[in-house]
Amino acid sequence: MSDIASGHTRPPAGALARLAARPAVWASLAFAAALMLLPYSGPLFHALFPDLPRPLYTRASFLDLALSHAGLVGLASLVVVSLGIAIGIFVTRPAGRDFAGPVDTLTAVGQTFPPTAVLALAVPAIGYGGAPTVIALIVYGLLPVVSATIAGLGAVPAAPVQAADGIGLSPAGRLVKVELPLAAPVILSGIRTSVILNIGTATIGSTVGALTLGSPIIEGLSGSNPAYVLQGALLVGLFAVATDLWFDELERALH
Amino acid sequence: MSLAGEAVVAPAPEAAAPARPRAGAPRANPLLVLIVTGMVVALGSLGFVSAAPNRIVSGKPLALWVAVEPGVAALVAALVVALGASALIRSGVWRDRLIALIAAALLVASLLAAAHAAGLVAAASGPVARTSLGAAFWIVAAGAAFALADAVGRLAPHPLAQSAIAAAVVGALLALAASGALSDLSLAREFANRRAAYGAEMLRHLALVGGALAAALPIGTLLGLLALRRPGWRKPLFAVLNLIQTIPSIAIFGLLIGPLSALSGAFPGLRALGIGGIGAAPAVIALTLYGLLPVARGAFTGLASVPPAVIDAARGMGLDERQILRRVSIPLALPILVAALRVVVVQLTGLTVVAALIGAGGLGVFIFQGLGQTATDLILLGALSAIALALVFDLALRSLGELIATGERP
Repeated sequence: MSDIASGHTRPPAGALARLAARPAVWASLAFAAALMLLPYSGPLFHALFPDLPRPLYTRASFLDLALSHAGLVGLASLVVVSLGIAIGIFVTRPAGRDFAGPVDTLTAVGQTFPPTAVLALAVPAIGYGGAPTVIALIVYGLLPVVSATIAGLGAVPAAPVQAADGIGLSPAGRLVKVELPLAAPVILSGIRTSVILNIGTATIGSTVGALTLGSPIIEGLSGSNPAYVLQGALLVGLFAVATDLWFDELERALH
Repeated sequence: MSLAGEAVVAPAPEAAAPARPRAGAPRANPLLVLIVTGMVVALGSLGFVSAAPNRIVSGKPLALWVAVEPGVAALVAALVVALGASALIRSGVWRDRLIALIAAALLVASLLAAAHAAGLVAAASGPVARTSLGAAFWIVAAGAAFALADAVGRLAPHPLAQSAIAAAVVGALLALAASGALSDLSLAREFANRRAAYGAEMLRHLALVGGALAAALPIGTLLGLLALRRPGWRKPLFAVLNLIQTIPSIAIFGLLIGPLSALSGAFPGLRALGIGGIGAAPAVIALTLYGLLPVARGAFTGLASVPPAVIDAARGMGLDERQILRRVSIPLALPILVAALRVVVVQLTGLTVVAALIGAGGLGVFIFQGLGQTATDLILLGALSAIALALVFDLALRSLGELIATGERP
């Protein structure tokens, strides 16, 4: 991802052993195992909740729910990362400097908005389904990425920037080769915040008609079926934790 | 559409002087030009209000000059044009004052125009007809609010002054609502139909946040102190707290239902206390869990920021550890502690919206009821109230932080 990233100096060990030492791998394996095993867990949930006639969520397959959830968050994140970093770069360049203050205010104020409220506001504007969820995820997810990009680029020390100017790099070259790599850890932490928040908001997205891992939770809550709630909560919790731990790995690799 | 020609003369932002003129340099406000252009486009192409024969049917968008009498439309248009013209004034205190004044006037005028449109619709189609605020209204209102906030931010950077101005604007809007001038709008009708429930759910929302704070503040502070005193515990502690924050709120709410209903099933006394699988108990527990990280991190970074030399000096003066904490460390760490409090209050206010899904009540009730009934104005009532509450907390605690900071600076 950057020039700094290539500087590993880990002790040489078996690739497998190195993999096994990472919690991210374990969390991902647990998520995958839960996805694969849950469809066969009917007897287990039947034993846990003997009063429920249908203790296993079957309206959609768990794999479909997970893929749809990941798809919504992935699509939104793709837009958020490209647009958010672009906005952050724009307002820190001379041409966009006039916009820096207002954009800063907007991201600060916007982040106090409850994500669920933003999601709900997308419905009157767009209607029900996956589209308002993605739009809400984009709008809300942009804020941490923009503010992290501004903060990261603003915290780049003057010395390397002057050095870049000194060796005759163009402003664009300086941005790509010096400023962005130095700001990368801060930007990455903003992306992390945005993605994790959006995994949670997408879960609520099933109340506006999106298909996500929150669907069994919401259906279980409205239909008094705690087994559905448990199944959805387990999967979405593992999904969020695994994603977060991969960001941990990514951050470690960058440092 | 006579105003289109007026705002399209926007100068390209890149055409600004090449040599970075900073503060005080006279130039136009390109952002405001952009906002006004957006308003003009929105008023030209989108509905200002939408009128529906009843509450559930989706409405038909009406453009500004169709929806209201020509004089009212002209007033709104004139204010938009004036805002655009003031953006072209070379910068200065007077420009920002002018912008703030026009933007505030535009905010109120667009609301009154929408209410006027609602009155016309009600007169023409009877009392079940509903008039909702349209896309163009929201763009004009949001643009005006933002222009106002931006100008005020430059005129009065102090959060206390901003709080006062925000209170004045909100007070004016509330007075407008209380006067009954807005009562034909669908949003106001949803509120009027639920006046009692609204108050109860607002109190409920505050109680849930308060309950979670009452638990999260002491526990989180203790955890922060623990991290400070035991460096070895720091990493695993914050890793666990961070993990909790990672898990989507609805999943934690849901996961608590099972154990709590089992508990209340096993101990009927708990049920008598109102502790059960759904309702306030799982909500407050989950919210407390979420609150732990910001509180612990704030307590830790705040107390860690106190210079060791100061603590040594206090110890030299004969203060014991508790006195040092109370008389030295906490007062010095106060700005960071208040900032952490702001983060946690705003976060919990937002998360409490979700608690409505597990029967805990709060403003989320209106949002999810509205989503269930496809009643957009009910959704708006809940969502806008939750946003307003979060903003009020944010501004209030920001002001408190600023008060403390200025109190410390002699």
